[in-house]
Amino acid sequence: MTTQNKKGTRRAFAAVYPSWFYLPAAIIFGILFLFPTFASLFFSLTRWTLFKYSFIGLDNFRQFFSEPFLVWGLINTLIYAVVTSGSKVVLGMLLGILLTSNVMMRGLLRAIVFFPVLVSTIGVGITFTMLMHPTNGLINDVIAVFGIKGPAWLTDPRFALLSVAFVDVWKGVGLATVIYIAGIVSIPAEYYEAAKMDGANALQRFWNVTLPLARPATVTVIILSLIGGLRSFDLIWAMTKGGPGFTTDVVASVIYKQYQSGFYGLSTAGNVVLFVLVAAIVVPLSFVLNRREVEA
Amino acid sequence: MTHAISRRLLVAAAAGSALALSFASSAFAEVKLTFLVDNAPATVKASEALAAAFHAKNPDITVEVESRPGGGEGDNIVKTRLATGEMTDVFMYNTGSLFHALNPQQNMLDLTDESYQSDIMDTFKSVVSENGKIYGAPFRTTMGGGVLYNKKIYAELGLKVPKTWAEFMQNNAVIKEKTKAAPVIQTFKDTWTSQLFFLGDFYNVLQAAPTFPDDFTANKAKFATTPAAMKGFEHQAEVFKAGFLNEDFGSASYDDGLRMVSTGEGAHYPMLTFAIGNLFENYKDNLDDVGFFALPGDDAANNGLTVWVGEGVYGYAQTEHPDEAKKFMAFVASKDGCDVQTEAIGALGPYMTKSCTLPEDVPSPTKDLVSYFAEGGKNAPALEFLSPVKGPALEQITVEIGSGIRSPIDGAKLYDEDVRKQALQLDLPGWE
Repeated sequence: MTTQNKKGTRRAFAAVYPSWFYLPAAIIFGILFLFPTFASLFFSLTRWTLFKYSFIGLDNFRQFFSEPFLVWGLINTLIYAVVTSGSKVVLGMLLGILLTSNVMMRGLLRAIVFFPVLVSTIGVGITFTMLMHPTNGLINDVIAVFGIKGPAWLTDPRFALLSVAFVDVWKGVGLATVIYIAGIVSIPAEYYEAAKMDGANALQRFWNVTLPLARPATVTVIILSLIGGLRSFDLIWAMTKGGPGFTTDVVASVIYKQYQSGFYGLSTAGNVVLFVLVAAIVVPLSFVLNRREVEA
Repeated sequence: MTHAISRRLLVAAAAGSALALSFASSAFAEVKLTFLVDNAPATVKASEALAAAFHAKNPDITVEVESRPGGGEGDNIVKTRLATGEMTDVFMYNTGSLFHALNPQQNMLDLTDESYQSDIMDTFKSVVSENGKIYGAPFRTTMGGGVLYNKKIYAELGLKVPKTWAEFMQNNAVIKEKTKAAPVIQTFKDTWTSQLFFLGDFYNVLQAAPTFPDDFTANKAKFATTPAAMKGFEHQAEVFKAGFLNEDFGSASYDDGLRMVSTGEGAHYPMLTFAIGNLFENYKDNLDDVGFFALPGDDAANNGLTVWVGEGVYGYAQTEHPDEAKKFMAFVASKDGCDVQTEAIGALGPYMTKSCTLPEDVPSPTKDLVSYFAEGGKNAPALEFLSPVKGPALEQITVEIGSGIRSPIDGAKLYDEDVRKQALQLDLPGWE
């Protein structure tokens, strides 16, 4: 669809309803979205105790960027987003291929891979916290059968962030798989037949047919999981609360802790920063990915 | 036609129910108060016992106990409810630095002229007052921050309660060599438990640097540059480095810690003595195997305890029933109130009401605690009662120091930064 087209449709809609028809939605939008957005921009410039506030200009932003754990939080956020997003693309693609093949009980298997998506994140977090307990968790018990002493998954700073990322992938890969299934199913069978006629083997068919033609699915999965990873909070909070110490802090958990400590202005400034950060990464990315799609 | 009938019916029904409502409220002139407390089992039990005993004395007032999480999450709930005008009639909250952050003059009932004030110790009044007005009534007992230890292990190995840090480390070495027990228990799943080596050392800090609290509040003294104030961080790092911790220190919880120290899986657990209430609740059979001592410093002759004044009960300024709320607070602060609490959760320490007494047969750790308040015992308040400045990230910093992720000096510098934010938020002079 070209931009020309989009403009055309928008103008057509504008003529359909009189302006009072938009009023209810506009009021809801104003109260629930517009007002809080501007209020938060304002309060990010104040020192705010909920009982009173004083205007301090950009001091909160200066403070936020000089937070010693913020740098770590930013690095962790990026690592977490890239690792989870990348794993979801690769695993989702492989599972998508498996579950569009003529495998037995395909419907059931598809349901099973999607099941973790439906479970509450906090519940998953608490369950895995128990499974990953260093001395009496199931995972290390199983590893111990082979005579290996498993690490402290969530409390060793070397493993903690990746352990949480692993659980995030387990929980989220179902959605990626479903998107890939839809993408792969929509590829016309003729392409595969033609490729076979040309003598392409399985790997070549995957590389030259499935991969490029499932591109829209890949774009969707990357963008969705990257946004999810950048603003991830619930799973990390349920499993490590940013710990041990600050080692699994991400931007969102830094902001939450500031809010908890009563630094309301500062944490609001943090949210403004997070908003800008997510937008700065995702908008260009989506632009680049979508443009290539048009060119292809 | 149908229209008219249904409307008439509707009006009649509405009038009827309005009548019924007004009748109900005039027939039962009963007042219901809500009391917000933290959700630690011992707190809830003591609060419910107080509510029941108060109702028995005042049948026209019912007190309903509502619980909320503790720690930072609880602070947040209390602040938000105050700011949005949704606070309960009476609520429990910390005294000292956290109390000041609630803006008491605007949010709390003034209790200065209550008749029971002469029966309350000055120590308590000073930590629930602002600009000469008293806002809180004492709830529960004074606590000590020190070390809960397993007396059976001490008896078996013939160890003596340490009076200096060096003796403490020696005891740990003996325990490590001769038993399977962990010499020192740490439970970083509940991050707040990691702060005791640091916060509980404040009696010793005060002996070496008596002006530290005032200088610290005025931004003239820093932890990183005050050697005495660094000791707590350094001790915590030493214990980790020596390999004295329980294997699962990173994922063990507060309750695990209590189990370990009471059953002898571990020997020492740095903790606040309110834990005696949880021991009483969950490990009653082992309670008398547990003892308590102050965190030792360098000087055996000057060994003393860091003390936390107990929580306060506060009345919400905008409650619809200020008189009943004050009546309830008066009951909590009375000798009867103390006795009800002692019966519900055991005798945990000295009460802040002068007429309150402890029974003869207090649990073993309480006996040790009380000795620091008796003739010849030494104690001093924790820093949070001498300075309004307390950094919110301390528990993460002590977790890092206690698990070898960060060095003590780095941790101290980080904490000095953290504290600055709080001082700015409180608008204290000398900070920017």
